[in-house]
Amino acid sequence: MKVSRAAQRKRTQQYGFWGMTLMAIATVVPIVMIVGFVFAQGIPGISLEFLTAMPRDGMRAGGIFPAIIGTFWLTLGTAIVAVPLGVGAAIYLSEYAPDNRVTRTIRIAIINLAGIPSVVYGLFGLGLFVLFLQFGTSILAGSLTLAIMTIPVIISTAEEALRAVPSSFRVVSVSLGGTKWQTIRKVVLPQALPGILTGVILGLERAAGETAPILFTVASFFLPRLPSSLFDSTMALPYHLFVISTQVPGMPVRIQYGTAVVLLTFVLSMNLIATVVRSRARAKRQW
Amino acid sequence: MVESPSAAALPQPSGRSQATQIPLSFHPSFKPDEIKIDVENLGIFYSDGTESLRGITLAIPKQQITVLFGPAGGGKSTFLRTLNRLNDLADVVSLEGHVRIDGEDILDPKTDVIALRRRVGMVFARPVVLPMSIRQNLLYGLELRGDRSESHADELIESSLRSAALWEEVHDRLNEPAVSLSGGQQQRLCLARVLVLEPDIILLDEPTSGLDPISTGKVENSLQMLKRNYTIVIVPHSIQQAARIADYAAFFLDGQMIEYSRGPDLFTNPRHPKTQDYVEGRFG
Repeated sequence: MKVSRAAQRKRTQQYGFWGMTLMAIATVVPIVMIVGFVFAQGIPGISLEFLTAMPRDGMRAGGIFPAIIGTFWLTLGTAIVAVPLGVGAAIYLSEYAPDNRVTRTIRIAIINLAGIPSVVYGLFGLGLFVLFLQFGTSILAGSLTLAIMTIPVIISTAEEALRAVPSSFRVVSVSLGGTKWQTIRKVVLPQALPGILTGVILGLERAAGETAPILFTVASFFLPRLPSSLFDSTMALPYHLFVISTQVPGMPVRIQYGTAVVLLTFVLSMNLIATVVRSRARAKRQW
Repeated sequence: MVESPSAAALPQPSGRSQATQIPLSFHPSFKPDEIKIDVENLGIFYSDGTESLRGITLAIPKQQITVLFGPAGGGKSTFLRTLNRLNDLADVVSLEGHVRIDGEDILDPKTDVIALRRRVGMVFARPVVLPMSIRQNLLYGLELRGDRSESHADELIESSLRSAALWEEVHDRLNEPAVSLSGGQQQRLCLARVLVLEPDIILLDEPTSGLDPISTGKVENSLQMLKRNYTIVIVPHSIQQAARIADYAAFFLDGQMIEYSRGPDLFTNPRHPKTQDYVEGRFG
């Protein structure tokens, strides 16, 4: 009796094991298919001209250079605003904030900010930056809108990275005559930096790929020249992809998918950098 | 022995009125210039009511090893962390009494806490090396002070490592990560790291609790050498260790100091019944 029950349990375990393996594989399949499909369709469209020329023929020919540059500037602008604010807020929350009602309110606000749909950010950016502050549809307004969307992501990942640094390091540093800020600067921040960087990159990656927040604040339908100031609007990859996929009849498929390949490569390579940074730091970590 | 919280929260006068309070005659007597740390009627209460101290009065002599022992939760670590104001990091709701180091009350709000912590070094129960090289660990305190003179630093590193009995083992690998050292070496590095700052007082909170007997022996030997220049206050990890190293010993129980005396006297001839019970192993 006993033996057969054990055998049955073992069989159940086998089924369970295979079931979970299948589910794990099932999650990977769509990703591989999407990337594979996009690249298969898009690679023929990629050429030096495609990457470095202005669009021509109502975007049906030529390149997507202004959209690439636009996305680059928008991502950079987002980083300049969101990284100092996000990391600073994370340092405050992790190291300084007392556990009281104000702090709890801030945390709840951050969690809720992260859950707001991106199109709402877009609308907010339109109202505040474009119209009220009169930045116009501009790289400045777009970057600020994307930054507001990115900050909660950066705050939560950076705070987590800071909290992961053992508190014994802080106590020892203080016991050796360190001030709070010295302790943060010399011990806590260096140890948390890889985790913070990972969060920053993942946040920026999301900003780079978003369409809705830039829709009302910066992106132009067709603008075959490069932006020359913060107050210029610009083309950007995600919006351009939307436009050529839905708004322009007779668009060659290789241009649509070529654009998707460029956007995907941009985002995935940021992802790769984040992964490398994280795994290198893990290998070097001494605690 | 556990008293009700309300009784524990009552501030108590030091002296003869309390049953568990030792008569002052039990204190060893020091001449004023022999005293390094003079604690008078110290009381500490945490917000969660744990590990509070009541009416602690004792004088810690210069250049001696003073041992604080007793069962866990008796307030030894709390007492130790008061001497370098590390309790500032904890949730202390009230603090009363005086702690004078060289006559200066360090509980005074005007005390320069940073300078105090440089004078009063601390070694913790678990060795905590910072995630940097051995050399950087040693220089960390100097760096905080803004002191980067290299030649002076090398001398300090060597003398500190020698005092902590670690020089022979690490002098040719100072640039390796400190975590590559064994636990015993790490703890001696922590001691050396404190010595680099040239403090007056060294506090050690069960510094050998995680160490093997050989490393423990090395640390204890270092302490015997160090007491020529430093005032040492230590919470030992066992009563045997307390008996081995104590010049003076204070018995802490439930936030109060029960008995304080010369080490050999206290362990061979405890006067208070509770001390007797503990020393003879009847509880603890």
